[in-house]
Amino acid sequence: MPSSIPASGTADVTHTTQTVPGPKKNSALSDILSLLWRDKVALLSAFLLLIVLVCVVVGPWLMADKARALNLMARNAPPFSLEKGWMFVLGADALGRSLLARIIVASQNTMLIAASAVAISIVVGGLLGLIAGYKEGWISAVLLRLADAIMSFPSMLLAVIVLFVFDPGVTNVILVLAVSRIPIFLRTVRAEVLEIKERMFVTAARAMGARTDRILLQHIAPMVLPTLINLAALEMAFVMLVESGLSFLGIGIQPPEVTWGLMVADGRNYLGSAWWLSFWPGVAIMLVTMALNLLSNWLRIATDPVERWRLQTTVGKNV
Amino acid sequence: MGGFIFKRSLQSVFSLIALIVLVFFLARLTGSPADLYLPQDASPEVRFQFNERLGFNDPLYVQFGRFLVGLLHFDMGESLQFSRPAVDVVLNAFPTTLMLAAITMPIVIILSVITGSLAAFRPGGVFDRLASFISLIGASTPNFWVAIVGVLVFAVTFRILPTSGTGTPLHWVLPVAVLTLRPTGVLVQVVRTSMITALSSAYVKTAKARGVGSRAIIFVHALRNGLLPVITVASDQAAGIVNGAVIVETVFGFPGIGKLMIDSVMLRDFAVIQAAVLVTALAVFIINILVDITYALVDPRIRYS
Repeated sequence: MPSSIPASGTADVTHTTQTVPGPKKNSALSDILSLLWRDKVALLSAFLLLIVLVCVVVGPWLMADKARALNLMARNAPPFSLEKGWMFVLGADALGRSLLARIIVASQNTMLIAASAVAISIVVGGLLGLIAGYKEGWISAVLLRLADAIMSFPSMLLAVIVLFVFDPGVTNVILVLAVSRIPIFLRTVRAEVLEIKERMFVTAARAMGARTDRILLQHIAPMVLPTLINLAALEMAFVMLVESGLSFLGIGIQPPEVTWGLMVADGRNYLGSAWWLSFWPGVAIMLVTMALNLLSNWLRIATDPVERWRLQTTVGKNV
Repeated sequence: MGGFIFKRSLQSVFSLIALIVLVFFLARLTGSPADLYLPQDASPEVRFQFNERLGFNDPLYVQFGRFLVGLLHFDMGESLQFSRPAVDVVLNAFPTTLMLAAITMPIVIILSVITGSLAAFRPGGVFDRLASFISLIGASTPNFWVAIVGVLVFAVTFRILPTSGTGTPLHWVLPVAVLTLRPTGVLVQVVRTSMITALSSAYVKTAKARGVGSRAIIFVHALRNGLLPVITVASDQAAGIVNGAVIVETVFGFPGIGKLMIDSVMLRDFAVIQAAVLVTALAVFIINILVDITYALVDPRIRYS
C-alpha cells in the first residue's frame, strides 16, 4: 500500500490489506480503530488532525508567550535554519516573532470558528431537515425555498454584506458561515428522512402511538447520524476555507485576533522579502483541509455496513 | 417543458424577491454614508441636507417603495462613489467577471471530464491515484493562497507574468488558473465516480465484447451517461466561481463585479451593492434554469411537466 499517495474520493480503491478478520467480539471503538489502522492514508489524516487538536487545546496556553515574544536577532529569519533554535524552523516575521508559535496559536481560532459554525448548522439544519422530511406541506415547501435561495446565492457575497453591516467579530463570522451552510444539512437530512420514514419500524412506532417528536428523535435521527458525521467533516473543511478567504479579504476575523487566513493576508505585504509569512499558514490550511477530506471519505465507508467490507478485505482492481 | 420553465422561473422570482428585501435592509444598516462622504466636522445642517438630497431622511418603507418603483425602470439609484447610475457601474464591471467565468468554466469541464474518465478506466491504477491525489490538493487549497504563491513565483521571482491588471492576455493567465483549481478538483472526483458506475454497466460490457476500442467506450458509450451528475455539480460551481471571483479579482486588481462589490461595501455605496447583488443573483438563477433545461435535453428519462 503506497502510503505516500492517498486513496481517492471513492470507495473502491487501494484499501489493500491482506488479512480477513474473523468474527471478533470487540467493542465498537476498537473495531473502528483497527479499521483505521488498516488504512494508512486515513490513519495519517487522523494523526495530523490529532496533532492539530492538541495544538488547539494546549497550543495557546503553551505558546502564547513565544508567539508574542519579539526577538530582534531573529527579524525576518528564513525558514529551515535551526541556528536560532527549533522555534524558528519555519522562520520569523518582521518583528522576530516565531512563525511556528504563531501558527500553533492561530490554530485555536481557525479550528474553533469552523467547528462552531458546523456544529450550529448541524443542529439547526438537522432539526429543520427532520421536520421538512417528515411533515410535508407548506412548512416543508417554505423551508426548501429558503434553502434554495441561500444556496443559489454565492455565499461569499452574502458574507461580505452581512459582515460589513454587523462587526466582523468571531461570533458574527461563525453565524454567517453557519447560516450559509444550514441548507446543505437541511437538504441531506430531509432526503434521508423521506426514505427512512417509509420503513416498517417507523410505521410500527407510529402504530404503537409514539409521538412525532419521539419518532423523529429516537427512531429516525440515529439512522441519519452517520451521514451527518461524514458530511460534517467535509463541511468543516469547506467552512475553514471560506473563513480563511473572508479573513484574507479583511472582512472576517479582525486583528488582534488571529487565524491562518489572516496570517496569509498579513504576509502578503512581505511577499518579495519574506515569502514564508504567507506560505506556511496556507500550507497549514491545505493540510488540515486534505486530512478532513480523506478522513471523511474513510468514515463514509467505515460507517456504511454495506461498504465496510472494502476496508476489511482485499479488493480487486475493478468493482 | 414550457410549464416547467415557467415553474422554475416562478421559484427563482420568489428567491429573488427574498434577496431584494434582504439586501435592501442590510445595506441600510451599514451606517450612514454621510459619515463617509462629508468631512468629520461637517455641521448637522450640512449632514441633513446631504441626507435630504439623497433621500436618506425618509422613513425606510418610503425608501424601499422608491427603490421598487425604480427597479421597474431599471433605475437602482445613483452610485455615490462614481456619481453615475448604479446600473451603469455594475453593467460596466459585469463583462470582466463574465469573461473570467466564461474562460474558466470550459477549461474546468474539459479538464475534469478527460482526467476523471481516464482515472475511472482503471480504478486503483497509477493514473487514478495520481489524478485523485492532485484533484484532492486542488479542492483543498485556499485559492487566495494559490493566487499569492502564483504571484510570488511567476511575477516576482521569474517575472514572466504581470502581478495585476487586465491589459493583455497574459494578465488573464494567473487569475484563470487560480479560479480553475478548486472546481476542477471537485469535478474530477464527480466525473470519476459516475464514470466508474457507467463503465460497469451492461451496455459497456456489450460494447467491450463486440470489440469496440477502449477510447470509444469511454468517450462515446459511457460518457453520455456519466456526464449527468456532472451537469448538476457544474451548476453548483457557477455560484462557486462567483465566490472565487471575489477573491481573485481582489488579489489581481481585476475591475470585475466581485472587486466592485467589496469596494462598494467598504465605501457604503448602497446603490451599487444592490445593483451588483441583483445582477449577480439574476445571472446565477438564469444559469441554474439553463442547467435544468440541459439536463432534460441530455437525459431522456427526465421529462418535466
